Amino acid sequence: MEKKGWLDVVRSSYVWKSVFRHEYQDTYRNRVLQVSSNVFLHLHPTKIRRHALRLRFTWCMGGMTFLLFLILVVTGVILMFYYRPTGEYAYHDMKYLQFDVPFGMIMRNMHRWGAHAMVIAVWLHMFRVFMTGSYKPPREFNWVIGVNLLVFTLLLSFTGYLLPWDQLSIWAVTVGTNMGRATPLLGHEGPFAELVGVNARYDARALLTAGRLVGPATLLRFYVLHCIFIPLVAAVLMIVHFWRVRKDGGISGPL
Amino acid sequence: MAQSVLEGTGIEQGDAKSAAEVKERVVKAERLSKALPDKVHTWPYLVRLEMMVGTALMAFMTIWSILVDAPLEEPANPTKTPNPSKAPWYFLGLQELLVYFDAWFAGVVLPALIIVGLMVIPYVDINPKGNGYYCFKDRWFAISFYLFGFIVLWIATVIIGTFFRGPGWYMFTPGEYWDVHKTVAITNMDWPTKFGITGFWPSFAFGASSALGFLFVPPGIYWKLKSHTSETLQKLGSVRYWIVAFFVMSMVGVVVKMILRLGFNVKYIMVGPMGFNI
Repeated sequence: MEKKGWLDVVRSSYVWKSVFRHEYQDTYRNRVLQVSSNVFLHLHPTKIRRHALRLRFTWCMGGMTFLLFLILVVTGVILMFYYRPTGEYAYHDMKYLQFDVPFGMIMRNMHRWGAHAMVIAVWLHMFRVFMTGSYKPPREFNWVIGVNLLVFTLLLSFTGYLLPWDQLSIWAVTVGTNMGRATPLLGHEGPFAELVGVNARYDARALLTAGRLVGPATLLRFYVLHCIFIPLVAAVLMIVHFWRVRKDGGISGPL
Repeated sequence: MAQSVLEGTGIEQGDAKSAAEVKERVVKAERLSKALPDKVHTWPYLVRLEMMVGTALMAFMTIWSILVDAPLEEPANPTKTPNPSKAPWYFLGLQELLVYFDAWFAGVVLPALIIVGLMVIPYVDINPKGNGYYCFKDRWFAISFYLFGFIVLWIATVIIGTFFRGPGWYMFTPGEYWDVHKTVAITNMDWPTKFGITGFWPSFAFGASSALGFLFVPPGIYWKLKSHTSETLQKLGSVRYWIVAFFVMSMVGVVVKMILRLGFNVKYIMVGPMGFNI
């Protein structure tokens, strides 16, 4: 009888078999099961069209966007352990993260650069999808969801921009939210505002900034939006987006 | 081997009568299989690729994060306004448009139009060609206008806003000293004033008809001339045609307004009641 290697011993154990319901040998059946019996991999079909592997075709930008989102979730959760979204502590905690927390600086850097990279990756993904005409039937609605995801990516990045609570963030967000007060009808400096009767305390901008100015109340509002609300909405949209890729016939290709 | 070749061709292996017939069928099946979509297993081919790209991306992010520190300026101070105050870089294209339009238009209406305009693309582009592959010839119009929007209206304005705008939002070449006292005398005039039209309502009427005329007259003339003969326009239908025309003319209009402002010192095309200025 042939002597069993330790890997074979592990793979034939009761525990291993309770986790992996199929053999590992490279057979047609196992290749399929490897994907379809794994909750993370079963996002994929078991077989794909060969050109979907070609990086020149896909640029892999959709996948990279999703990976960047995951990187941002992980680094973001770590940052949340050390950061308090209040006027007194926010900036302090940034300095604490930079100088005192082990690996705090690299976590912060990765969160910030990852956010920039994600915006760029979303742009390039959209560019690729347009150039290959992949929004055409039957993928029309998935393009619409993708545009929503682009908007939520920008909103995530924008709300996160305020959190360091330094001069860069407060004024960038001031410039951005100032657009709110020019909203037609709903902003106190927008056209036709006097017909609605909004004022500086109650208008579209005040809703965003929780007051007349970008202040501690805005910080808390943006923090909640940044860490809870927008990621949840974006995650739901991502689920729909990925699911629709499958349901609409997998990755696009010549008909 | 033969079995995989016959797969999906509708030819059953047991059907064949003679060896010659089998050979003939295999040759035919091989020819057919080239026309059929060529599929490979996700495991290992795609998962392996994802693993490699993911590892490369994470390595890149790690090195970037080790080498370059994220900026942290002085603590937030609402009483000290920096000059210039810039939005995050991806919004600087919109901030750049504030030079040419009022905030309600550049900051609210245009972003809304961009989002809606992107969303309607699949519903107005009824060209069946170019689905799933790169090509320019089959859909030159769609690609040209997308590139115009993506590169001119988006990337270029972001680059101008990021690298070429300094104190007072004046134009500075990169590396040039940012003189905070720089002033440029500009005598901007409204579009109706250029034609000697005065008085609120006459100006408003002239400005509004200029803007609406720009948006709707050229596409209207084109429709009148071409809709009888052009098969593309007939298939497109008038509703989709006008949606496309509106977004295309709006995109061109933004650039026209930029040229009018920079080259001819035009402030507003239309001055309306209650701040309804474009």
